[in-house]
Amino acid sequence: MKTQNQKAWFFVLPVLLLVAFNALIPMMTVVNYSVQETFGNNVFFWHGVGWFEDLLNSERFHAALGRQILFTTIILLIEIPLGIVIALAMPRKGIWVPVCLVLMALPMLIPWNVVGAMWNIFTLPDIGLLGYLMNTTLGIDYDMTQDPFAAWVTIVTMDVWHWTSLVVLLCYAGLVSIPDAYYQAAKIDGASSWSVFRYIQLPKMKQVLTIAILLRFMDSFNIYTEVFVMTGGGPGNSTTFLSIDLVKIALGQFDLGPAAAMSLIYFAITLLVSWLFYTLMTKDDGK
Amino acid sequence: MRKRSLIPILYILFLMLPIYWLIAMSFKTTNEILSGFSLFPQTFTWDNYITIFTDPSWYWAYVNSIIYVSLNTVISICVALPAAYAFSRYRFLGDKTLFFWLLTNRMAPAAVFVLPFFQLYSAVGLFDTHIAVALAHCLFNIPLAVWILEGFMSGVPKELDETAYIDGYSFPRFFITIFLPAIKAGVGVAAFFCFMFSWVELLLAKNLTAVYAKPIAAEMTKTASSAGYELGLLAAAGTLTIIPGAIVIYFVRNYIAKGFALGRV
Amino acid sequence: MLSWMAWTWQTAAFFIALFAAIGVITFIEIRWPGTSERKGVLRLTTTRGDRLFLGLLGSAYISLAWLGIFGTPLWVPLGLAIAWLIFCFWKV
Repeated sequence: MKTQNQKAWFFVLPVLLLVAFNALIPMMTVVNYSVQETFGNNVFFWHGVGWFEDLLNSERFHAALGRQILFTTIILLIEIPLGIVIALAMPRKGIWVPVCLVLMALPMLIPWNVVGAMWNIFTLPDIGLLGYLMNTTLGIDYDMTQDPFAAWVTIVTMDVWHWTSLVVLLCYAGLVSIPDAYYQAAKIDGASSWSVFRYIQLPKMKQVLTIAILLRFMDSFNIYTEVFVMTGGGPGNSTTFLSIDLVKIALGQFDLGPAAAMSLIYFAITLLVSWLFYTLMTKDDGK
Repeated sequence: MRKRSLIPILYILFLMLPIYWLIAMSFKTTNEILSGFSLFPQTFTWDNYITIFTDPSWYWAYVNSIIYVSLNTVISICVALPAAYAFSRYRFLGDKTLFFWLLTNRMAPAAVFVLPFFQLYSAVGLFDTHIAVALAHCLFNIPLAVWILEGFMSGVPKELDETAYIDGYSFPRFFITIFLPAIKAGVGVAAFFCFMFSWVELLLAKNLTAVYAKPIAAEMTKTASSAGYELGLLAAAGTLTIIPGAIVIYFVRNYIAKGFALGRV
Repeated sequence: MLSWMAWTWQTAAFFIALFAAIGVITFIEIRWPGTSERKGVLRLTTTRGDRLFLGLLGSAYISLAWLGIFGTPLWVPLGLAIAWLIFCFWKV
């Protein structure tokens, strides 16, 4: 049981100040921008909730948000089950374990723009490995700079390549924490491998899976650099996700008002989802 | 060999393919790359690497990245350690709310912060310095470090603290000589994650710097687009960015699974 | 120094109100500690801070939804938001 101690605040103070400087001041600025219009030179005009109204009724915003949600859904549906399957098939002991883990973690350590560039040259038609295989060896017409469907498939594959390991590592950590005695008991009872999974492994993985889904949801919902480097949001607007649109408006066109309004809506979605997951995660802590 | 070990092998093969292609490209001449498909470099060349190591704007970009990443890791760990201790040992006013608020900063999209960060760091005169990027990355790295360290610290029994106090240890002495060694795996893992997320982030790093503190990631995007299609050079620069991560991961290889679970298993 | 933040009195009032609300909740918690935890209709254990957070986030969503569907003026969603806040503190 934790003891009540208000002096603990002093321990938290440095973190609080640093994060407040980084989060609170920018957030206030964003709120200020979102209700005003500017033509540069720090001259601002009151615009009320106009930006929000425009944004909520604009096709462009709906489309970007829709694409973002679709992308995140696809990613979660592929990466979570795939991650579980791979984690279950991993060796539990032996010299191959660290080798597997290090190799699997490698994609996550590559700077995000390098990931984008890497997949770009990997998929170039005629001279990239994947592009060559698809077009010349398999005879499938594949060019992600022209075909929106190919662009989507490529981005999803890229994200699966980049982040499935996170799910694998989390589930694996959950699995190795199960004592051998559980498996032996299940063997004596003659349990099928499905019921071992359902009643021993899955419950043990529940908490790490929640973390995995939370992290994967958030990071795919915020994805920017990789997609921007790979497709720049194209062809057309087919891969312009919310974050890409936001940076386009904020830094490309320097429309502070609409960009700020969009940031706040984006942030409201993130807040709600974080809260849901956090509540789920800590629900059992109190018992 | 059992049939199910095929799954991880296939998966790792899938992971290695694009990386192989990047490395193979980096040893090719631009001519060879553009002239057609070849699985292995036909005319093996070190030229791309030589260009990077002889051009100051290239190798300084690497140094810049390493400077701000290291700064960020040190700052994040130093302020996260006491905070994580407070969260794992005490109940205090607003503790859960505070923890949640920290977490939301890890989850907030960087795109939201780009513009105000640019304004904020210009206003305080830190624009285009290493410390600006290091501080900006604290936004998501401190919450993560607190989260990981709290998980590891909660795994240390509270009796350890109490025994030390009974033995007459002062708090700083206890923390440094007894507690830190007990969670050194956690500190290592947290440092690894701070390094990793600061190293891979581009959007903030690029927009908070111009010349003096320009990170490698920004240098890459510029050269790749302005000088036409220098794919070989791009591939070589990309290959070099994988190396620091690979080195750091080697040190925490035994804790990596637990580390990704944020110490919470 | 602060001109780049582009303050308006409306947003300033909003933030002052927000921090005042947090201040009041903190004060109540210091004065009568540990009296606020309970299980509400959502079957969640909440404290005053949680209720305030839920109330404000819900209000934001109510206003945004109204703005998206019906547009200005925002008096009706303001009423709805206040009702939601009261509901949060009363039942959740």
